[in-house]
Amino acid sequence: MNDFEPTVIAFVCNWCTYTAADLAGTSRLSYPPNVRLVRVMCTGMVDPQYVLKALLEGADGVLVSGCHPGDCHYINGNYKARRRIKLLKALLPQFGFAPQRLRLTWIGASDGIEFAHVMQELVDQVRELGPSEAKTKMVL
Amino acid sequence: MAKTAMIPVDNGLLAGLREFLRQVLARPEIAAVLVPCQLPMKAMVMPTLVSDPEQLSAANPLAPVFPLNGARVVTRLTRKEAGRTVVAVLRACEIRAFIELVKLKQGRREELIIVGIDCLGAYATKDFLPLADQGIEELTGRFLQSAMGEKEGELDGIGLAPACQACVNPVPDGADLIIGLLGADTGRALPVTAATEKGESLLENLDLPGGKAPEGREAAVAALVERRMARRKAMIDATRALTDSLEKLTAYLGACVNCYNCRVACPVCYCRECVFVTDVFDHEPCQYLGWAHRKGAVKMPTDTVFYHLTRLAHMGTACVGCGQCSNACPNGIPLAELFITASAPLQEAFDYHPGRSLDEKPPLAEFREKEFEEVVGIK
Repeated sequence: MNDFEPTVIAFVCNWCTYTAADLAGTSRLSYPPNVRLVRVMCTGMVDPQYVLKALLEGADGVLVSGCHPGDCHYINGNYKARRRIKLLKALLPQFGFAPQRLRLTWIGASDGIEFAHVMQELVDQVRELGPSEAKTKMVL
Repeated sequence: MAKTAMIPVDNGLLAGLREFLRQVLARPEIAAVLVPCQLPMKAMVMPTLVSDPEQLSAANPLAPVFPLNGARVVTRLTRKEAGRTVVAVLRACEIRAFIELVKLKQGRREELIIVGIDCLGAYATKDFLPLADQGIEELTGRFLQSAMGEKEGELDGIGLAPACQACVNPVPDGADLIIGLLGADTGRALPVTAATEKGESLLENLDLPGGKAPEGREAAVAALVERRMARRKAMIDATRALTDSLEKLTAYLGACVNCYNCRVACPVCYCRECVFVTDVFDHEPCQYLGWAHRKGAVKMPTDTVFYHLTRLAHMGTACVGCGQCSNACPNGIPLAELFITASAPLQEAFDYHPGRSLDEKPPLAEFREKEFEEVVGIK
């Protein structure tokens, strides 16, 4: 599986993590191209359904990333996201998804370096896990 | 101290319960009674809103079947102020589902008095239909004998619905009035206990002899729950082994035709409009071709596993285990087993007991500042 290139879908909030990604870019930091960013206005709008769809369509990992607690532009969206991730982490491993395939992080708007670091580490971890079952098997 | 009265049943359980309901309906403050009634044209029992006491002779809240979860019906009666009070006779799982819907503001606890009867379970609707050919009242009698005895409801080799066999909440705790079958001397009288003030004020106005819950009740409840616990564990273990990988889950759901009947039948699938029937899923023809091209083959209709997992994520914490999803499936997929199994860890994760109390908010409707920090980070 040396040529395995993982796909990671990252739902990032407009105000913090997406801005951090922007900062990483303008600071000319590099991070693996395996990460596909989906910008959402707030992690609080990430329905568990989005995560499920990404995983079932063959994403090897999914990241949800937003503002640090207390920093949410909409006051409490990130707390709601945390509960949904908790829910998914109780649901998905029952059907054989490694819990490490779903991650939640807080990356603030000024954390460009942190963003690049997290993306690198996340992709390394998912590469280690190998391709997701949804990628290799037919999903009805 | 909860007030208890006795419902005389020397002419049979059904006759006693019907007379009790007649007394309830005779109260001027009660507009109607919602109770499962035998249909005149078919050997089936359906929730029926009765205002004429004569019609209560068809009432049969003990029949071993519930073709739908009554919670949804009760929300239709209570979602807005009606000006009159209705009494609803419900099973324990129907009450729990109703409480979940009240939390979501789809029904109201006002203008409603819930009468719950200890639930001995029910057959799957498809198993009930042939059994009922011999007459529902006779079947009800045979069922009660079997359910209170050692056979636990098994009749002619047919056992209770799997969800009922694994149900560990047979006592209708959320009711205003609780009629106790367990541990009662069913040849003489059934205890009816007021669990709330509303229940108590109704009970006080009925012409029933006072009494107290039989001494054997607690032990009988505990023994039933213990047997059900063992069944539930066995069911969960077996289902988990059948679905512990995506490939196995896909096989488990292999007969699904995306009819979404399970979602319609589910009392706690709370969305007024399900996303799966909105235009979000009205894909362009070229999209299907694109997927087929990317994956080599794509089963049509698409998104079957996605649908079931989404449903689990949306209503799993509220699943009351009533088993109506299995009843609704045209292709006999054991959905109740799957949903009860997969919901258990979700409810555990939030220490949530669906339908237990109106004071407990649905887990995804609230949050705390400091909690679940273990799910954050990439370590």
